[in-house]
Amino acid sequence: MSEVTITRAPATGMITLRGDLSNVALQTAVTTLTGTGFPQQREILHEGERSVAWMAPDELLLLLPHAEAQATVAQLSQSLTDIPHLVAEVSDARSLFRLSGPGVREVLAKGAPIDLSPMAFQPRHIRRTRLGQVAAALWMVDADTFCLICFRSVTEYVDTFLATAAREGSLPNHF
Amino acid sequence: MLMLTCPNCGVTAEETEFEPGGEAHLTRAATDSTDEAFRDYLFQRKNPRGVHFERWRHAYGCGRWFHAARCTQTLEVFGTYTAQTSAPPDRIQAAIQARRPDWSLT
Repeated sequence: MSEVTITRAPATGMITLRGDLSNVALQTAVTTLTGTGFPQQREILHEGERSVAWMAPDELLLLLPHAEAQATVAQLSQSLTDIPHLVAEVSDARSLFRLSGPGVREVLAKGAPIDLSPMAFQPRHIRRTRLGQVAAALWMVDADTFCLICFRSVTEYVDTFLATAAREGSLPNHF
Repeated sequence: MLMLTCPNCGVTAEETEFEPGGEAHLTRAATDSTDEAFRDYLFQRKNPRGVHFERWRHAYGCGRWFHAARCTQTLEVFGTYTAQTSAPPDRIQAAIQARRPDWSLT
């Protein structure tokens, strides 16, 4: 048995929201919807099955149950009619992986050029970076569990990369 | 290794997370300029040994453009700053002058 289990998460609703993140109306629309606070720079917040992540200075990503995604897009557009924005459902454009096990930081550190030590990377952080040769975003669910999203077109690459990186006996036990 | 700090998302990352965008602070030759001036605008680039201003994009991160001032010889980064400017800000110039007293913005 490998020390890290890698699973593809079942279909998850994802919505990209772009606009002026300092706009109070936009902030209220998001927090009302997710039940979380509004994320600061490089932060991800969760409430039940809903999450909201800071992706760029003008971009958020909302995660929610797949069945609710379409209705939520409509609802958001409705509440944001007065301010310039973009709301798009991207559920089918991205893949979500879940990695858990004590060696998970090492598995990811093999492919991502970032500091994944417990001192630097903690739950609430989200980091957009690359894994091997493709773009990915990662965050922690708890001390031993990471979530990773990548574009759907590179799912197989990421799947193979992670499976290879997590091969039994290959972890350096550095962290 | 070249480490840059993206001023848009605050991340300090290594070079492979960014895409280089070439020389910074170019001024487009006007439409009524000479052929030579337009040629120079399109193709003539500085290639200094020392202080250089460049455009970079945080391609694998927030996707935003920014400017960086660095030394091409030592890879020392003097600072990064917003892309929405046509000249290096004072704090960047001061940082360069602190490390390279002979340097001046020509």
